[in-house]
Amino acid sequence: MNSIAGINLTRFILLLLVQVVICNHIDFLGYINPYIYIIFIFLFPIREERLALLIVSFLLGLLVDLFSDSGGVHAAAAVSLAYIRPILLKSSFGMLYEHHSIKFSTTDIGSLITYISLGTVIHHLVLFSLEIFNISNILITLKKTLFSSIFTTLLSVLIIILFSRNRK
Amino acid sequence: MQQIINFVIRNKTFLLFLLLFSIAFALTIQSHSYHRSKFINSANFLTGGVYGTMNSVDQYFDLKTTNDILSEENRLLREQLFNTAGIEDSTYIDSSYSKGLYRVTIAELYKNSYSLSHNILTLNKGKNDSIKQDFGVMTSNGIIGIIDNTSNNYSTVLSILNVKSQINAKIKTTNHIGSLTWDGKSPVYVQLEDVSQFAPVKVGDTIETGGESSIFPKGIGIGTITSFETDISGDTYTIQVKLFNDMTNIGTVYILENLDRTEIQSLENKSNE
Repeated sequence: MNSIAGINLTRFILLLLVQVVICNHIDFLGYINPYIYIIFIFLFPIREERLALLIVSFLLGLLVDLFSDSGGVHAAAAVSLAYIRPILLKSSFGMLYEHHSIKFSTTDIGSLITYISLGTVIHHLVLFSLEIFNISNILITLKKTLFSSIFTTLLSVLIIILFSRNRK
Repeated sequence: MQQIINFVIRNKTFLLFLLLFSIAFALTIQSHSYHRSKFINSANFLTGGVYGTMNSVDQYFDLKTTNDILSEENRLLREQLFNTAGIEDSTYIDSSYSKGLYRVTIAELYKNSYSLSHNILTLNKGKNDSIKQDFGVMTSNGIIGIIDNTSNNYSTVLSILNVKSQINAKIKTTNHIGSLTWDGKSPVYVQLEDVSQFAPVKVGDTIETGGESSIFPKGIGIGTITSFETDISGDTYTIQVKLFNDMTNIGTVYILENLDRTEIQSLENKSNE
């Protein structure tokens, strides 16, 4: 139990630092940035209390906001993702989730990609709608959501595969 | 009563979600109104420290370009020094002679940002260096923005690449003024709005600060005109301006304090009453 908490705490700090020091400054093609800190929300232990996940996600989002001067947009997006996570888990892993036996390091890669890309799109949609906050710029919102989602999904899946032990 | 408690317990996840989401939403709304992002901004000890470390590593990678920029600026300053006899513009920016209209402070840019629609930058000078809200920020090429929040050692800048930003500007050859805004699309172009239709606008003309707002002195370069069109109402021009500054690559900046600002403001307030 203690080691799980330790792993999650390390992951929290590492992802936050990587996000604000590197990923916020990539600006690929001028505006595309990956938001990899949401990996923390994806990989949060499933058996843990949902309330804990909500609060921790809010904190993580708020810290990212603090660094990027964006008010509360990351906090709002992270909380939405954390709230919607059980539905995503159920739709992408099905029976495995019902039995509480998902191990992210050993699951089938197809379900993992579905799970992550769905979550990323939802997170980014909330993020960019709040950040741009203007209905007349809906095309820019959708464009940013689409391209950043592709970037984030790609990076997240790569990072999860690289850092998970004993994947065959 | 029992039912209410039961309801809360049953829906505790949703209620917590709603609570956290509304806090985040309120912070977002607050940050979208000018000068209001008091709590969540990067002018504080924690973020300033991280960005400071990052900046000290980062600096090594573009020492060469920084040197080039500095020597170019030196050349310009020297040129101006040799020609001082010919300059009669009273708002010439310099604090080293005359009684000094503007006090100039040098600062390092700790955090740049240009891909959002509300871009805010962080500098490494704050209240301890007597930096206050509404001071102007520029580089040797042109204006960057206006100081927004300050903490003891850091300050945030409302970039000209921020849809909230509005800065007084004019066409160099004439005195037709307009307000400089940004549509949030490209970090290379800003828009000059509300320029009178009687103004002789030509592609390639220079746009500079208008000196009306008492934040920037008159005549700091902003950019050149690339295209223009008449407004929907037909009375004014909206001009596309290509910035002199490469907003994606900023290192050292100058903070300008207008020493007469309080005097000007109190005078204007008196006239408004």
